[in-house]
Amino acid sequence: MINYINIFLSETYKILFLLLPVLTAVAMVVWLDRRVWAFVQKRRGPNVVGPFGLFQSLADALKYLFKEIIIPASANKIIFILAPIVTMTLALIAWAVIPFGENFVIADINVGILYLFAVSSLGVYGIIMGGWASNSKYPFLGSIRSAAQMVSYEVSIGVIIINVLLCVGSLNLTDIVLAQKDIWFIIPLFPMFVIFFISALAETNRPPFDLPEAEAELVAGYQTEYSGMMYAMFWLGEYANILLMCALGSLLFLGGWLSPIDAFPFNILPDFLWLILKMLFLFILFSLVKAIVPRYRYDQLMKLGWKIFLPFSLFWVVITASYLFYFNLLPVI
Amino acid sequence: MLAHSFFFYIFSFIAIFSAIMVTVSKNTVHSVFFLILDFISISCLFIMIGAEFLGMIMLIVYVGAVAVLFLFVVMMLNVAQQKKQWFSSIGSSKHIPIGVLISVIIFFELIIVIGGWKFKPNVSSSLMLSPNIGISNTHSIGNVLYTDYIHLFQLSGMILLVAMIGAIVLTFRKRLGLKKQNYFSQISRERSDSVELKDVPTNKGVDLDG
Repeated sequence: MINYINIFLSETYKILFLLLPVLTAVAMVVWLDRRVWAFVQKRRGPNVVGPFGLFQSLADALKYLFKEIIIPASANKIIFILAPIVTMTLALIAWAVIPFGENFVIADINVGILYLFAVSSLGVYGIIMGGWASNSKYPFLGSIRSAAQMVSYEVSIGVIIINVLLCVGSLNLTDIVLAQKDIWFIIPLFPMFVIFFISALAETNRPPFDLPEAEAELVAGYQTEYSGMMYAMFWLGEYANILLMCALGSLLFLGGWLSPIDAFPFNILPDFLWLILKMLFLFILFSLVKAIVPRYRYDQLMKLGWKIFLPFSLFWVVITASYLFYFNLLPVI
Repeated sequence: MLAHSFFFYIFSFIAIFSAIMVTVSKNTVHSVFFLILDFISISCLFIMIGAEFLGMIMLIVYVGAVAVLFLFVVMMLNVAQQKKQWFSSIGSSKHIPIGVLISVIIFFELIIVIGGWKFKPNVSSSLMLSPNIGISNTHSIGNVLYTDYIHLFQLSGMILLVAMIGAIVLTFRKRLGLKKQNYFSQISRERSDSVELKDVPTNKGVDLDG
């Protein structure tokens, strides 16, 4: 019995050691997002609270915390309350398998990439539940749009992951990173990286694909009826998901924690810092896209997903497989 | 082993409870949510017996895709008259005998199928090996699925494809008066064939059609 308690305590310690930095990073990243967005538009962005406005997100969180939570009378209460909890939980449990270095991971499971894929495909439920339980038109339309959008783009993300897996021969995230020791997959699979990036934008409901919460058409989409801490949880979950997609992109294509050149000036930095730098790079790309690209129309979004990305990534699977087979480069198991 | 059986009972209890709730709850959307909970706990059970690949595929395919579409359809059905009760009324319990009959038939079918179950000889011998021989179950599934069972695998894929095409053909209808966007014709538009400058005399106007 004492054995179980020990395991439980040490795991809890590890999980806290991961989740606290992740949550802090989410808060900081919201600030960064708003800053980048402002700079593109020649504004200053949040710069009042703390040095460079760094504590803006903390101030916002406090504000949300003290606001009243309003539950609409005709809402389905249980599901209405469950929805932000589901979003937040799913955004956080995915971090369990992200390796920040060799043997620097909470759960080094065999099917890590499938786990990430499964958790990110479950993420749609928070949105659907929130939109349906609000019992109001705009949230409902937002959640229906979001369900269709996320299911469509998941398909192309899955096919892109197959491309990477063909080159690796393992579903373990640590193996995927170690397979990039010689060359990062962004170089041979560059078109797939571009498609992955765009699909990740759609998967996390970021602009230009933020149709589920398009403020010009749907007020705030599925979040319309939410207030106070519940709204903040949706918001935290969304940004945690964006960071997760950045982490997934850097693990699959940018060599994870590996330094660009394994030589003196590059390998002074510890492993996890390299991963964080790559995630930041991808995140700044995310916010730049948000600032400079106009929103897509819904039919254009669906056309892009099903008629362009899916056939192209399937075609690339055939090319990758044939290339690896012809030159006898298939990974040996 | 204690923790293992503890979690086994938790997951199987949730699975059975939510399976019952799927049939009992009044609101169809609640039924689908319980169905999702059922899928999730069953995939947890898969993971507990060491079939982590099957568990994850179950999550991705059933929960991530099939149940989303279920929910999609069911939510569309009763937006207007969603009901607040959690359990079905007594009046709807007259369907119970038919349901019991069907489930008894399915139960006996399952018994017949499992009773007549046979593995391929070389597969059953490899089942005897201990699971920790350094080959993950993803690899071992791939090894049999794409070699011994390739024809069955492709046949099931073909059946799914035909079913999908059939569904599309059945629901496809040509809509009249649909405006389609053609990117190429939009991009290849020249200034000369879309803009025309005209000198308009004062108080005369201009004939646009001419």
